[in-house]
Amino acid sequence: MKPAPFEYHLPSSLGDAVKLLDTLDDARILAGGQSLIPMMNLRVVTPSHLVDLGQLSELCGINETASSLRIGAMTTQRQLERSELVRTCCPLLAAAVEHVGHQQTRNRGTIGGSLCHLDPGAELPVAAAALDAKLKVVGINGPRALRFEEFPDGYLTTSLDPGEILTEIEVRKAFPHEGHAFIEFNQRNADFAVVSVAILVTVVDERIGQIRIAVGGVSYAPIRLIEAEAALAGNSADDQTVDTAEEIASAVPCQGDEVSPAEFRQHLCGVLVRRALKQAIERAKAA
Amino acid sequence: MAGSRFPLWLGVSQPRVEDDRLLRGAAKFLDDIRVDRALEAAFVRSSVGHARLLKVHAAAARAVPGVAAVFTHEDLRPVLTYDRIPLALPSNAIHFDVDPPPLAYDEVCYVGEPIAVVIADSRAIAEDAAALVEIEYDPLPVVLDPRDGIGRDASKARLDCPNNLVARHVIKYGDGPTAFNAAVHRVKDCFRLNKGGGHSIETRGVLARVDGEGRMTVWDSTQMPHRAKAVLVDVLGLSEERIRVVAPDVGGGFGPKAVFHPEELVIPAAALKLGQPVKWIEDRFESFTATAQERLQIWDMEAAFSAEGKLLAVKGQLFHDHGAATPYGVALPYNAATNFIGPYVLPAYEIEILMCLTNMVPAAPTRGAGRPQGTYVMERLLDRAAEELALTRDEIRRRNLIQPQQMPYSVPVVMRDGTPMTYDSGDYPEAQRRVLAATDWQSFPERRKAVRREGRYIGIGLSNYVEGTGRGPFESAAIRIGPSGKIMVSSGATAQGQGVKTMLAQIAAGVLGVKPENIHVVDGDTDATTLGLGAFASRQAVTAGNAIFLAATRVADKARKMAAHIIEASADDLEFSGGRIVVKGAPDLGIGLGEVAKALSGMPGYSIPGGLEPGLEATVDFQPGTLTYTNGAHVAEVEVDPDTGKTTIARYVVLHDCGTMINPMMVEGQVLGGIVHGIGATLLEWMRYDEQGQPATVTYADYLLPTSDVIPRIEIYHMESPTPLNPLGVKGAAESGTIGAPAAIVSAIEDALRPLKVRIRDLPLTPAKLRTLIAKARETELRQ
Repeated sequence: MKPAPFEYHLPSSLGDAVKLLDTLDDARILAGGQSLIPMMNLRVVTPSHLVDLGQLSELCGINETASSLRIGAMTTQRQLERSELVRTCCPLLAAAVEHVGHQQTRNRGTIGGSLCHLDPGAELPVAAAALDAKLKVVGINGPRALRFEEFPDGYLTTSLDPGEILTEIEVRKAFPHEGHAFIEFNQRNADFAVVSVAILVTVVDERIGQIRIAVGGVSYAPIRLIEAEAALAGNSADDQTVDTAEEIASAVPCQGDEVSPAEFRQHLCGVLVRRALKQAIERAKAA
Repeated sequence: MAGSRFPLWLGVSQPRVEDDRLLRGAAKFLDDIRVDRALEAAFVRSSVGHARLLKVHAAAARAVPGVAAVFTHEDLRPVLTYDRIPLALPSNAIHFDVDPPPLAYDEVCYVGEPIAVVIADSRAIAEDAAALVEIEYDPLPVVLDPRDGIGRDASKARLDCPNNLVARHVIKYGDGPTAFNAAVHRVKDCFRLNKGGGHSIETRGVLARVDGEGRMTVWDSTQMPHRAKAVLVDVLGLSEERIRVVAPDVGGGFGPKAVFHPEELVIPAAALKLGQPVKWIEDRFESFTATAQERLQIWDMEAAFSAEGKLLAVKGQLFHDHGAATPYGVALPYNAATNFIGPYVLPAYEIEILMCLTNMVPAAPTRGAGRPQGTYVMERLLDRAAEELALTRDEIRRRNLIQPQQMPYSVPVVMRDGTPMTYDSGDYPEAQRRVLAATDWQSFPERRKAVRREGRYIGIGLSNYVEGTGRGPFESAAIRIGPSGKIMVSSGATAQGQGVKTMLAQIAAGVLGVKPENIHVVDGDTDATTLGLGAFASRQAVTAGNAIFLAATRVADKARKMAAHIIEASADDLEFSGGRIVVKGAPDLGIGLGEVAKALSGMPGYSIPGGLEPGLEATVDFQPGTLTYTNGAHVAEVEVDPDTGKTTIARYVVLHDCGTMINPMMVEGQVLGGIVHGIGATLLEWMRYDEQGQPATVTYADYLLPTSDVIPRIEIYHMESPTPLNPLGVKGAAESGTIGAPAAIVSAIEDALRPLKVRIRDLPLTPAKLRTLIAKARETELRQ
């Protein structure tokens, strides 16, 4: 299909972009276009204006601080995938990005775009949830920060005000003795995940210290298994603990569809948490 | 076949003559064709599954700048001879014909049915205007299930039909009741088999132009241009010389493009009315509901076996979803019901075929045309019986396979063309033996046990199949040699990527002693060939291949006679070599083919020497007597993750026998492609509708096609049992990959999960569905 008529804008600075979005009615931001353009071609969305952030180099790049990585929202998934910094400092993010779409689409898709689109099957939001990512946002009223937890607002909807632009995602570096795992289920490698699981766990003296479990594909946005995290912290990092995690995860309320019904996703949740936790614990012990 | 007539190039994996041009991007697919002043079309399609069509409000759309017209049925009717497109294929089984309208009127019967067409300067504008067309519907209940659809309380899928049972046919032979009484074992089961679309890389499209003299050229991404022309002649009321239909380069077909769709009439009609060329390219989103596909079949079957596991009889019912119109008649379920018999001795058979109209796009042959379903059901019944009789799956098949000495083997079923169903040649037990020998079949149980100790589940599966190929009534091929020496071949055959040009060129080149790439082939053009049928039912190598062989042989004979006369040698001493006819053993003594052609084209006042008729050309319409049967065996090795329900195919081996192979590389391409489609149909592809008849899978995000990561290395082994039914001994190869795959894969999955006693019936087998079966089986086990 052909998209409905629209006007295209290419601001050359972040300030211009913010001003444009404040004045234009019915505008959408164009990042990598890997989600938005197909939706426009199918006329699922018909924005009157497209504001392309492609010229804003200030929104690209991966910078290191003492305890975190600060990633520009327009950084491509391919750049993340190839970044030595991301691989060594934030291996969970590196693991997650490998599952995002196809190698070809990762050349254009951006981390900011993926987070703002918020598809339930997307991997980067799940990693962001597990990492407790901090988001920086800029609007006509100036910049603000929010935690990833506060970001999703509904199906394909974020809590951003119209006209606000996500500029940066800050993720913490790996803790000492921390292991990570990112596992997803799909029928073909490049598909959206039916269910995905991201786990970060520290293991010291055979005991679980901190643990974060985020699950995607069971609700409109990634959820943290808070109950499981509380139950597992302090436990022995052994098979019994993994069993407990699986049991709790298999009881998470899920939404489903005809191909992958809720019951199936719930079961997958348990299976994937089990597998991811085992893997993360092994990595933590080796760290 | 022996002697110098036998094509020299037969059996050679000749690089394809099509490929150079295709790879350089010089192909002309429909959308590449540029015609001056062409307008573009977008269709307004039904958004409901079934409704009375009350009113179409097109005024707002017509007012959009850049829109040339918006046509409804009423607008086009003046240039048409009928309200409906006469596509019905004759059959006694059909109770009432349901021909589709070009554009709907009074009633819409499926989501996607075309209601109006917007013609504008560009597709984008046409779509903008199409969005402004308002339709008033009076919704009616939808029929979506072929079994419920013919139940007593079913609502009507079409108000203009007496009921939903559009056809009923019984295939019956042998003494079923006695066999069932004598049976030591009976297997009864019910199978729900979903299919889906063909999903060729190139969607459909039509471009129509009327020239200054009133002659219409229609470029159509079709498998059957001659049939399309015949329909247009009939429904537009134009005589034959005023219409030309050309299939340009076509990017895949595999069935759906063989059927005549409403757009193929609407676009030419619009071009006629507007006096301007009109082009329509189907987009992918449209294709999910606008292009024919195969869908649900429900098989309720029972098989009777002797104590030794020999088939005694089968009986049952086949409920076939035929969609909202019947452009393809009973062919689909008939193919399914007859292919069910497979390479086995089946003494008694009774199957009642019930074709149900439903509120979905019409069903038409798609990758196997019903045959895969039949094969699947028979193979499942055999597996079931093997289990109950404690026989291995290969042994029960061995005991039932038709033996080579029984060939030709007649099955007491009468085909569509009136001839009895006869397996002409093939060694079925040897095919099974060879495929098993190429795999780990014998040692697999050991491996399976060892791997299970690691907590993994692997399985191996087998299926046998036959495929009736080379369907008639005929195909045409002509060959002509000109004074320049150029050899020209034309045929009613059509190409969608399978290498038809190479196939024809290779055969002709073999007879005439030239290189295939030096032969100019024209296919798929009604101007180049008066009569023709085209691509469907794995037929073109058999029909067009033999036609060109005979035509080339005729031309060769004539050329040899003429050459003998000119160089004063005996015809028996001459042979073809490098574009010349030369004396055997003395290649300097000879004459070029072009010179022979020149001599035969005559000079004013001089009679043609040798008393021969003028010209160096021949046309043959090859009429196969009946179908010729390809056969094969598939073995699949899988690993199943019982916790997620995901199946990985680890290895795939196929033994394939299509008689004489013209070009083994091309045969392999067809078999491989077919298997990939078969894998898709088994594990991934599921065209889904909701309870209102709304399609739920309309993009490739939801409708999953196999990608390279899910396809294993596929190993192909060949056997050649040439058929005695045609001079070349060839059989069709196109669909066999799809026919054997689902059964082999499912057999392997059941094998992997044997300790869990999982019973698989329905397709596709998605991870969620397999998980449900596993959970149920475990539950049952725990309770016991």
